[in-house]
Amino acid sequence: MKHLFCSAALALTLLPGVALANRVFITNERSNDVTVLDGESFEVIGTYPVGNRPRGITISPDGSELYVCASDDDIVRVFDPETMQEMHTLPSGPDPELFVLHPSGNPLYIANEDDNLVTVVDVQTRQVLAEIPVGVEPEGMGVSPDGRYVVNTSETTNMAHFIDTETYEIVANVLVDSRPRFAQFTADGSKLYVTSEIGGTVSVIDPETYEITKKISFEIPGVLPEAIQPVGARVTSDGKKLYVALGPSNRVAVVDAETDEVIDYLLVGQRVWQLAFTPDERYLYTTNGNSNDVSIIDVQRDEVIRSVPVGQQPWGVVVAPD
Amino acid sequence: MRLKFIQLLAGAALLALPAHAQQPEPVQIPAAVLRVDETRLPPLSRLDLPPPDLGFAGARLAMDDNDTTGRFMGQDFEAIEVTATPDTAAAEMQAILDQGIEFIVLLADDATTLALSDQAGAGVMVFNAGARGDNLRGADCRFNMIHVAPSHAMLTDAMAQFLMWKSWPRWFLIHGSHPEDQALADAWRRAAAKFGARIVEEREFEDTGGARRTDSGHVQVQAQMPVFTQRASEHDVVIAADEADVFANHLPYLTWDPRPVAGSAGLVPRSWHPAMEAWGGTQFQNRFERLANRQMREEDYQVWLSLRMVGEAATRTQSGDPEVLKEFILSPEFDVAGFKGQALTVRDWDHQLRQPILLTTGALTTSVSPQDQYLHQTSALDTLGFDRPETQCRF
Repeated sequence: MKHLFCSAALALTLLPGVALANRVFITNERSNDVTVLDGESFEVIGTYPVGNRPRGITISPDGSELYVCASDDDIVRVFDPETMQEMHTLPSGPDPELFVLHPSGNPLYIANEDDNLVTVVDVQTRQVLAEIPVGVEPEGMGVSPDGRYVVNTSETTNMAHFIDTETYEIVANVLVDSRPRFAQFTADGSKLYVTSEIGGTVSVIDPETYEITKKISFEIPGVLPEAIQPVGARVTSDGKKLYVALGPSNRVAVVDAETDEVIDYLLVGQRVWQLAFTPDERYLYTTNGNSNDVSIIDVQRDEVIRSVPVGQQPWGVVVAPD
Repeated sequence: MRLKFIQLLAGAALLALPAHAQQPEPVQIPAAVLRVDETRLPPLSRLDLPPPDLGFAGARLAMDDNDTTGRFMGQDFEAIEVTATPDTAAAEMQAILDQGIEFIVLLADDATTLALSDQAGAGVMVFNAGARGDNLRGADCRFNMIHVAPSHAMLTDAMAQFLMWKSWPRWFLIHGSHPEDQALADAWRRAAAKFGARIVEEREFEDTGGARRTDSGHVQVQAQMPVFTQRASEHDVVIAADEADVFANHLPYLTWDPRPVAGSAGLVPRSWHPAMEAWGGTQFQNRFERLANRQMREEDYQVWLSLRMVGEAATRTQSGDPEVLKEFILSPEFDVAGFKGQALTVRDWDHQLRQPILLTTGALTTSVSPQDQYLHQTSALDTLGFDRPETQCRF
């Protein structure tokens, strides 16, 4: 196994284009590093220091740049995903927590939790393009597939702010339940899901009318309602299934994204936080902050097939594109 | 009534909120914070000296937070800050009432809190942000009072759960000689009975008066405390009940037997602690410290939370009408986020705000209760304090 893994790693360096596919990057908030997993074998390839308190993580559409919010360094660090060497940094504003890349790969929209701002950064010129005042404790960031809107959620103001990416103006504010954490558009842009950690719900928002068309709530036998805290969310590109990480209830909810009804709850590790699909959407990775591992869900069967120990308090996860 | 709220909320969802508050005049939502300062001896430690803006700094942060949301909602919040002595409290309360303010946050002792809430009358919602007396949530409860400060019973239950988890069931209880120390000692006795701990010995530390801080006073204290705690029955932990702040902070490291101290010193149950960082607490602490140039105290947190309840109600109902807000705060639909990792709600049987309790040392949060091992049929938070079947409150 070890031998196989070594030769695989060798092959990776020789064929970088193929190599990177399905590599999984996990930020460990407490151990200040990123764990890299092989998406085929689920083996840990390595662990690399990335600065202080890494949380949000994303990768450029071409897979050439890995972005990490180093929250306690007040900076975004950019790594070569092949070597995990730091290439450069991006100005982020104070305490960057989550961010989202424009579908074109530029710019980067960063939530500054400590400063009630969304910072827009050009990833090529590394300049701040705009700072947009939003509600108290901005956190979740979503971008519409056409790149027209960026949506920021503010945890204490309890709103989803729709920001026009051309003018950097807020065009609408939608009030949702307490402590909205994450915003996720469907691939066709017809729906926006916003999770509310304390409210315990997911709001389904029509991005055309800014209306909440439905609120998804969760009920797990034997689990007290206050432990059900929706955080990360991902929807399959065909718009059929939505997965919602439910925090300290240690479950991921599977939702029929056509009817927005809950189908199932999958038991994962403790305090499940963020989610990421593999590019083929065969697997979904979950970060489990209190059990220091990731769970791997088989998306077709909706079964947890494996858990892999990573660093301390895993927070964010991203999978390299094909 | 319930129906009315649902309609209101449905209306809220449909109302596409204006991006730039287009209402000509924002709706004004006024409140007041009344702090009654007693003349008392300075605390044992100069680190515990009350800052002049105690509580008010929490109000200012709440106003900032409420107004940031209000900017998007066409709502403008204000909280006037009033200090009083026990002698002037009634007159200051009257002055607030004369302005027509219907949300009043009180920072006062048990008796004053009760008297002022009665003076305020049924039409005014009073937030108790300071008084911890169990009687205020029991036989002396008032319908117009919301208890944002945790009760003695909640604090002692929170510690009891932790001590039982730690397998330290034998308690040596030392209480002060003031009535408020006795009330706190009662809460410890109740917590011990509730969670199966045993108070193996009780002693009273008598307050003989005089200055609490003197130059080189530690010389005498170092001899005094070991002697005072000598020959106690076999115990796992020393519990200090010292509301009056006379002796508890002298106990750690000076007990006759090498035992940890909990309660009023050592491991202390609190509603808030300036080192708390979980559940988004870091950003909250940072916001407060930038505004106040000091660390957040429990009084600041409790005043902040009281006024955030008003703000949250105004956001959710999209109303500035005090009647609508009061009704919503008391409805089952209401909850508020308070950086405690879960929604905080109001108990309908005594109007106590449910909340996790932090167990803290000087520098850190050691644990947060309720402990996972204590289950409850409706809310784990109701394992802390007086639950529905036990309450003596009759509205």
